[in-house]
Order: sequence, then C-alpha cells, then structure tokens
Amino acid sequence: MSSVQAVADDPHRLGHRQDTRRAGPSKRIVVGYGFWIFLLSDIVMFSAFFATYAVLADRRAGGPGGSDLFDLRNVGIETACLLLSSFTCGVASIGALRRRDWFYGAMAATFILGAAFLALEIREFAGLVARGAGPTRSAFLSAFFTLVGLHGLHVTAGLLWLLTMMAQTLAKGYRTDILRRMLCFSLFWHALDIIWVALFTVVYLLGVRS
Amino acid sequence: MNLLGKLSWAAVPLDQPIPMIASSVVALAIVGVLVWVVWRGWFPYLWREWITSVDHKRIGIMYIALAMVMLLRGFADAIMMRFQQAVAFRAPGFLPPEHYDQIFSAHGTLMIFFVAMPFVIGLMNFVVPLQLGVRDVAFPTFNSVGFWLTATGALLVNISLVVGEFARTSWLPYPPLSELTYSPGVGVDYYLWAIEISGAGTLIAGINLVTTILKLHAPGMTYLRMPMFCWTSLASNLLIVAAFPILTATLAMLLLDRYLGFHFFTNEAGGNMMMFMNLIWSWGHPEVYILILPAFGIFSEVVSTFSGKPLFGYRSMVIATMAICILSFIVWLHHFFTMGAGPDVNAVFGIATMVIAVPTGVKVFNWLFTMYGGRIVYTTPMLWSIGFMVTFVIGGMTGVLLAVPPADFMLHNSLFLVAHFHNVIIGGVLFGAFAGYTFWFPKAFGFRLHEGLGKAAFWCWTLGFYTAFMPLYALGLMGMTRRMQHYDVAAWHPWLLVAAAGAAIILVGIIFQVAQLVVSVRRRDELRDATGDPWNGRSLEWSIPSPPPSFNFAVLPEVEGEEAYWGVKRRQHEALGDEPEYAEIEMPRNSPTGFVCAFFATIMGFALIWYIWWLAAAAAVGAFATFVAFAWRDRNEDAIPASEVARIDRANRSARTEAFARQQVRS
Repeated sequence: MSSVQAVADDPHRLGHRQDTRRAGPSKRIVVGYGFWIFLLSDIVMFSAFFATYAVLADRRAGGPGGSDLFDLRNVGIETACLLLSSFTCGVASIGALRRRDWFYGAMAATFILGAAFLALEIREFAGLVARGAGPTRSAFLSAFFTLVGLHGLHVTAGLLWLLTMMAQTLAKGYRTDILRRMLCFSLFWHALDIIWVALFTVVYLLGVRS
Repeated sequence: MNLLGKLSWAAVPLDQPIPMIASSVVALAIVGVLVWVVWRGWFPYLWREWITSVDHKRIGIMYIALAMVMLLRGFADAIMMRFQQAVAFRAPGFLPPEHYDQIFSAHGTLMIFFVAMPFVIGLMNFVVPLQLGVRDVAFPTFNSVGFWLTATGALLVNISLVVGEFARTSWLPYPPLSELTYSPGVGVDYYLWAIEISGAGTLIAGINLVTTILKLHAPGMTYLRMPMFCWTSLASNLLIVAAFPILTATLAMLLLDRYLGFHFFTNEAGGNMMMFMNLIWSWGHPEVYILILPAFGIFSEVVSTFSGKPLFGYRSMVIATMAICILSFIVWLHHFFTMGAGPDVNAVFGIATMVIAVPTGVKVFNWLFTMYGGRIVYTTPMLWSIGFMVTFVIGGMTGVLLAVPPADFMLHNSLFLVAHFHNVIIGGVLFGAFAGYTFWFPKAFGFRLHEGLGKAAFWCWTLGFYTAFMPLYALGLMGMTRRMQHYDVAAWHPWLLVAAAGAAIILVGIIFQVAQLVVSVRRRDELRDATGDPWNGRSLEWSIPSPPPSFNFAVLPEVEGEEAYWGVKRRQHEALGDEPEYAEIEMPRNSPTGFVCAFFATIMGFALIWYIWWLAAAAAVGAFATFVAFAWRDRNEDAIPASEVARIDRANRSARTEAFARQQVRS
C-alpha cells in the first residue's frame, strides 16, 4: 500500500513537491487522457468516411443498393456479438483490477466474440463480392466496403492488441504500466462499439429502407 | 510472380541529367556525412544521445534540423522554377514539362510537409515543456516515433528523385489527374505513402503536445498563466488532432482508387471528384493555421521580450487564438469558389473567411501596442518579427481580397494566388520559424547565433521576398496562370525576370544563414551564453542553464503569476531564494523504438509504392514486433542521483546570481 501511495503522491516522480494539492494528475490520468484524444482523432477519421458514404450512398451506377444487399439478420448477430464483447471487455478490465481469476476468461470471451463478428463480416463481404457487388462495382459500394471495412480493420487491430495484452499479463504480471494499457484497450474496444452503433444505423438501417 | 513488383533498373532515370546530378549530390553528401561520423567514432554517441533519444529537446532539435535540410532541397526546386520561367518565354527552357511538373509538386510537398511542419513542431517540442516548467512531454517514446515517421516521409520523397519519379499532380493530388488512368506511374504513390506515414507522425506529435499542454504543468502554472506560445501551440495541436485524420482518410480513399479500383473520385461508376476537393481542404485550411498559429506565438514571445514589456492584451490574444482555431474549420470552401456551389454557399464561406481577419487583426494590434512605449532592442529575432508584421499584413489583405467570390473567380489559379500564399507562408510561418530559431538557439546549444550575419540574412530574405513575389501579384492580375512551363506573352517576361532576381537574392540570404551557423559554431566561445538568460527573457525556459540539463528543472518551479520568470527576477534582485532540497529525478529511458519503427515504415512504404507485397507484409510484422518489444521492456526510467542534480543546479544558481548582480549594477 505504501508504494501505491507514493505513486499517487508523485505520479510522474518529478522530484519532491511541497504542496500536494497542486500535484499533477497521475500517470494513469495522463495516459487515459492522451488515449481519449487519440480516440477523438480516430472518430474524426471515421466521420470523414461517414460523410463520404453519405455523399455516395445513392451513386449506384445502375448497380444494387442497400435494400438488395443487406441482410439485417446477419447484421443483428454481428451487433449482438460486438455489444456482448464490450460487456466481457468491461468484465476483463474489472478482473484486471480486482478479480484476477476472471481476467483471462473474460479476455478470451471478448476475443471469441470479436472474432465471430469479424468472421460474419468477412462472410458478408465475400458474399457480396461473389454476387458481383464488390467495391469496384459502384461508388456506393466503394464507400460501403471502406467504411465498414475500416471498422473491421479496427476490430482486427483490437484483437491483435488483445492477444498481446493477454500474453503480456501472463509473462509480466499485472504491472501498473500494463494496467494502463488495459485501460486504453478497453477505451478502444468501447469506442469501436460506439462507431458500430452509428454504422449500423446510418449504413444498414437506413440502407435497407432505401 | 515478380518478387520486385514494378521495380526494375528502368526506374532509375539514368538518361535525365538534372535529377541524376541532384540525387548523386544528395547521396554523396549523405554517404560522406555517414563515413565522417563513423570515422570520427561519433556513431555510438549519435545513436545513444540522439537517434534513440526520447528527450523532447533533442527531438525538437532533430525536427528543426530535418526542416532546414529539406528547406535547402525545396528551395533548389523553387529557384529552378523561377529560372525556368525566366527563360521559357517562347522557348522550352531547360526543364522538360514532365520534369517541371514533378518539381512544382515536390516543391509544395516538401515545403509544407517537410519544412514548415517539422520546423514548427520542432520548436513546439523544444520550447513548450520548458515554458510549462515540466521535465518532458506526456509520451516521450511516442514523441520519438512521431519524429522518425516524419523523417520516413521525407526520405521517401527524396528517394523518388533516384528511383522512379515524383508526382506531377501538384502538392495536393487533385483527381481525376491523380487517378491511375491519368497518372499510371509511381509518382502519386510516392506522394501518398510519404504523406500517409508522415501524417501519422504528425498526429502522434499533436496528441502528445495537446496532452502535455492540457495536463502537465509546473505547480501554479494555470492555463491563463501559460506563455502565449503555449496557447498558440495548444490551438495548433488541437487543429492537428482534428484535421490530420481527414487527410489520412482522404488520401486513403485515393489509394484505394489507385490500388484496388475503387470509385471514390473517378469519373466513372458514380465517383465524385469534387468530394476530394472538399475533404482535402477541410484538412488543408486548418493546416495553414496549424502552421501560422505557432508562428504567432513565437512573435508574441519575441516582441514582448525585446520590447521589455509584458504582452499587450494577453487575454484578448488567447481569445483571438482560440477563435482562429474554430473559424479555421469553416472556411475551406474558399479554396474552390469556382466549384459552382452557388452564390449562397460562396457568400457564407466568403464572409467566414473575412471574419478570420478580425482575430488576426487583434493580434497584429496587440503586437504593435506591445512595442508602443517599449525599449525596443533590434536583435535578429525582433527584425524577423517586424518584417513579419509588415509582410503578413500585405498577405492578409490580398487574402481578404481573394475571399470575395467574384474577385476569386478572376484570380483563381493565377499567380496572384501563388503570390498571396507565399506572402503569408514565407512572411508568416517562415519568418516566425527563423525568429524562433534565432531566439531559442542559445537555449538549445549554449551560445548565440552571430548577429551580423543573421541581420544580413534577414535583409536578403525580406528584399528577396518582395522582389520575387510582388511581380507575381502583377502577373496574376495580367492573367498568368500558375504552373506554366513556358509562355508566349511578351508583357509577362520582364516581371518574371525580376521574380528570378528575387529568388537569387533569397539564395544569398540562405547562404548567409548557412554561414551564420558555421561562424557561430566556430566562435562559440565568444558567443557563449553563460547565464542561461541571454535576452533578458520572461518565461521559465530562461530560468535554467543553456543548454538545459536532461531533466530541465532541478526542482519544479512554483509559478505565482503570468510571466513566471520575469516575476522571479523582479522579486529577487540580489539573490535567489534558499537552495532547495534536491531529490533523485527519474527520467524516461532512451529507446530505439522510434527509429526501428520508422525503418520498417520506410521499407513498407517503399514496398507498397512498388507493389512488392511480401516485403510490405514483412515490414508490417517488423513494426508490430518493435512495439511488442517496447511493451515488454522492464525498466522504463533511469534515475539521476540527487548529488548530480545538486551539482548542475548549483552551477546554474551561481551563474544566475552573478547575472542578477550585474543587472543590479546597471539599473
């Protein structure tokens, strides 16, 4: 406890300090804050793709549109997988702090749900390409594949990160710097959910109606 | 399957003398420097102290060094263009069209992405933590990654000189010209991958500095006590965080069009090329403010220091800075009024553009009022600042003129526009960078730059600028469009000769700058800054030795008002307070992560440009492995013992006490 206290008092270990009220924020806060800024920038990038999709949504070049292509049942299962994985990710981050015996199970569940989401998405993409509705067919499909695929790429990166985190806690234990990374990972994973909700609404729900 | 993708010996332009000579000179210089460094046994020092350094000061200095080298390269392009246009009246000139097109594209790309950007990011990196009174930025290793990724981008652009070609599509690759159909070569791919990679580096720098400015401060350094440069840096980095992802997204779409046959910006299958203009400029307009805002901060520091007065209207300056930060996002359409969005849309964006002139005007008046009644010292940084005020106001006024849509329809794509943006970028950003370079050089290296040569450089740059660019305003009004490889209008010719002479005068200015650096290094003993406070400065960076120790502050300063160090000097004329209690300081350990990661990024970029897929995949795995290796590290910090801290700080305190005593005698 005393070492924890020392870290809380002088988080950057910036030397001695007379006035504790003026202490800088802890490293955990700084790292989390910086990661939030990154996530905001990532959301700006997504919004550029969303805007592009909105501009190109009805540029079908005589090709198929959303109502011909989207299968809401498949997307519903995808959504369920992703939202559930967010829950298990939350369990994993609680586990890393308090219930270490939950950690690996919850992380593994997150991985499986994320991988299932990705598999469903890849199946959907492959199906579209097989039907001649690949990204080169029309501007609408280019924008669709890019926007949804970019989210999928983020999920892939997240899964890679997740495995690395699991290996790291296994090899190094629950060190403070690793716990900070865990905080960033869960922020990242939840942010992907938020983006997916927007994606589900703008692309699939509005797309099916068109 | 071809293991080397599109790459073959045909890619090396052995039959074109200009790029071959230029690139062999560059290659010889690089090899020469490397051989010299290894031969002198400096490589271990360079590796330990610079290449793997995570010290914000060292990284800042490396950013600026990169910018200065690239400035020479970009200027070589500029002077070739000026001389081409001077001789290409009813003649082909010495640059064939396809080469001329690459030169103006490389000039713009280099000057914005690899001169102006690293210069201001370098200055922010070096100065901001010192001004905030902290020991490093929020994410030191990340900072190193950001720098080396920027260097990767610069390297890729320069490789294009020798291997393959560069884009012929100008500094912003407008489709459909930049699509594969019309630009089948690797030039546009060089541009795209160089900017994607260096853009990631810039985003990293932005996130890092925003977090640093908003979260790390010396005790008592509240937001409204931060020096003006910190405020403008904050605004600039917020813009980086908000704007650079749009650039990444836009260029990624163009990459998908080119590599995988998507239809974002194509003529066929529903693509919309005007969307590219909208997207790229919603990054591009904030980008100009990303560049100019730090320069505004530098001028604020310089003008206040050399007028011996606090900055006039500090709070209005803060408000003006943040207003510009927001307004810069709602004016992008003025870059293409001729798109035909209609009078309503054009009017809105025209008025928004004119509104930006208001906070900028507030700033100019604040600088003037800071000087008013001050005891002005005409040092080199102050000359750059005054030169800026005159030049930038002219550039700003031509900008307001261009903001009027009907006028823009006449002047669009003409040399008037070229003159305008050089007027604000040279007269604003570059003069600011030079002012900051001269102002903080003694802090970085412990000796001042030679004043006489610095002033000579200033006068050549200023005179050269007006001689080179005022004729372009006239030419624009006479109807000359930009990027002409040759022309046959007799009336233009004399103006272009004058402009070429202006470029030559700027060249003399650059020669003076190189000479200034060489002479100053040689005479460093007489130019030595023993006090750490050569200009009688007002903010915290002047309270520590020059060059600062790796930990910056032996004891974190207690800030008790605006102008933190000026307050200390006012209170403590005779002696500093009691010696503080020194404690061990832990600083982040150096790490090769940034360099190794950039090494893989360079290979990946090169492989993607040449369609060498296996190599790109291998490099991506390498980059990932680098990060895992970094994450696996057990020791993140090195401790500097209290005795060492005490030794360094005692030297600083005695130098400072002497300086205070001297001031006392003078006053």
